[in-house]
Amino acid sequence: MILRSTTAALTVLLTALTSVAAAAAAEPVVIGDIDDLSGVYADASGPGGAEAVKMAIADFGGTVLGRKIELLTADHLNKPDIGASKFREWADQNGLNMLLGGSNTGVSIAMSKVALAKKVPFLEIGAGGSSLSGADCTPYSIHYAYDVTGLANGTASAIVKGGGKSWFFLTADYAFGTQLQDAATKVVTANGGTVVGSVRVPLGASDFSSFLLQAQSSGAQVLGLANAGNDFSNSLKAANEFGITATMKPAALLAFISDINSLGLQTAQGLYLTTSWYWDLNDDTRAFAKRYFAIMKKEPTMDHAGFYSATLSYLKAVKAVGSTDPDLVMAQLKKSKISDMFTSDGHVRADGLMVHSMYVMQVKSPAESKYPWDYYKIIKIMPGDEAFGAQADPTCPFLKN
Amino acid sequence: MSHLLGIPLPAILGQLMLGLVNGSFYALLSLGLAVIFGLLGVVNFAHGAFYMLGAFAAYIGLQLFGIGYWWSLLLAPLAVGLLGILTERLFLRHLYRLDPLYGLLLTFGLALIAEGVMRSQFGSSGNSYPVPEQLRGGLNLGFMVLPVYRAWVVLASLGVCTLTWFVIERTRLGATLRAATENARLVQAFGINVPILVMFTYAGGVALAAFAGVLAAPIVQVRPLMGSSLVIVVFAVVVIGGMGSILGAIVTGLALGVIEGLTKVVYPEASNIVVFVIMAIVLVWRPAGLFGRE
Repeated sequence: MILRSTTAALTVLLTALTSVAAAAAAEPVVIGDIDDLSGVYADASGPGGAEAVKMAIADFGGTVLGRKIELLTADHLNKPDIGASKFREWADQNGLNMLLGGSNTGVSIAMSKVALAKKVPFLEIGAGGSSLSGADCTPYSIHYAYDVTGLANGTASAIVKGGGKSWFFLTADYAFGTQLQDAATKVVTANGGTVVGSVRVPLGASDFSSFLLQAQSSGAQVLGLANAGNDFSNSLKAANEFGITATMKPAALLAFISDINSLGLQTAQGLYLTTSWYWDLNDDTRAFAKRYFAIMKKEPTMDHAGFYSATLSYLKAVKAVGSTDPDLVMAQLKKSKISDMFTSDGHVRADGLMVHSMYVMQVKSPAESKYPWDYYKIIKIMPGDEAFGAQADPTCPFLKN
Repeated sequence: MSHLLGIPLPAILGQLMLGLVNGSFYALLSLGLAVIFGLLGVVNFAHGAFYMLGAFAAYIGLQLFGIGYWWSLLLAPLAVGLLGILTERLFLRHLYRLDPLYGLLLTFGLALIAEGVMRSQFGSSGNSYPVPEQLRGGLNLGFMVLPVYRAWVVLASLGVCTLTWFVIERTRLGATLRAATENARLVQAFGINVPILVMFTYAGGVALAAFAGVLAAPIVQVRPLMGSSLVIVVFAVVVIGGMGSILGAIVTGLALGVIEGLTKVVYPEASNIVVFVIMAIVLVWRPAGLFGRE
């Protein structure tokens, strides 16, 4: 009796084990995308990012190492705890192999802690804070599309060298805004300019005119907009309305093409901004943009292109090492060159920052714009090392050991 | 140049002026809320959504049908008012006998739906609405250049607020309305159709929000979430003024706009919480609000 039940138990156990083994062979490669799908960054990144990931998966053939590639998406609602707990859930229960997304620096910082704990590669796209490859860096995170240092090195240095010596900052009062202002301040002073003042504006303020009057009375030549999304659009609109743009030169420290599109060229014309990608750069970017446009009915932003490129880079690395082992894949990502329609000269620095060329752009006037979404002219192409710095960030914790 | 508390006088005057402009929006929006709460007892959490829909109605009218700003000022509130009638008939009237909490939850849900639908149609970054030809340019006030459009906002808002106050407090229609809220059955007994009266009151309150939305359209990006960031402040304004008090809503709206403006000079980081600090103080000192009757 005892023998028979033991045999039965063994049989059950063995059957269970073989089915686990069979499942493992066919187990999909799971890619997750946690982003702001419904809030202020939804147009710059959001659902379009998920669409770009799907395009990349399809272009890669839908499978890697004989395993199907799956995509999970979730909205972090700009709340760090939601982003982090979703990431943890997927890592624990859904066999997540890699995570993308994370618009909003605060959310990305929270999610990078999960990446470290769960050893899941996290390719940060929408977040700008440079601490993601500095004080908040992990061996499993890659800051892929842009960071505030690259933005400031582009826009701020172009304007200071063009004669805009004295600056006043209008800064979004949270991690991203203050990091952006700090980065721009460094560039301004290093190039012989001065910062005469700044005002910290609560995120999502309904009216910017009061802050703009303060900027105007400072007598500065340049109005540095260290904010993003709707805050950026509304502050630039008010600056136009109050005639401040007649006496001060506005500098967009972070503007997406979706922002320029929603503002209209009439308001945005002449503005300097820095971007890591523009849809109308060359045949490759136009080809991607055309396919994206067919689905989303708008041109992709630099984030959307970043999502596509990051997904491909990851899948190529998995294929190269023949495994989804996070350490092997990260090592492969850090030693290979990245060359696709997003960038032709990218590489991942030791601290996880993806170094690539950045473009300083000026927004065209309505007369200069010849066709829909013809918004930018290139002022300068900055090589990656000039934009981001050749050396890894010394504050990155795992590099200190 | 003369100074006050170490701040140049022109700067203070400028901020007072801008505070008045922002206060005009608070006044218009809180007025609609106060009318609805005062006469229906409904805490209308969808107010911000109706404000947003008003702005979108103007935007869509211009893009699709070429309806200009001035017609939009009239037509957008009418269209949104119609939506208000539907909301009242289909949903709200079933909740009058229940705790006000149910109305609050219902309208909150409706607001989320409206925002979601607009977001899927128009995206989150919004659209630009041009300032009407006649109101472009600026007025030099000596201490600042005030855009003509902002001056118009103050005038239009004050005009509509005064008109609403007059209708409710000084006309026979207003008297009937107020009587109906005191004792609906008695007023009904006089042969007045109270449910219809209530329906039009809700539509009127909602139309005020839409009017504010059209006024705001040329100033800010017309976007799905434009109301949700404003409505919380407006609720605080209503609570400070006294729930349901018409005059309270108007006066407090303007006053808080000005106080907020001054905070932006002295300590900008606190400008988005100063209204709530005042609300807390008022609630401790006068729980019924500054103009509340209870």
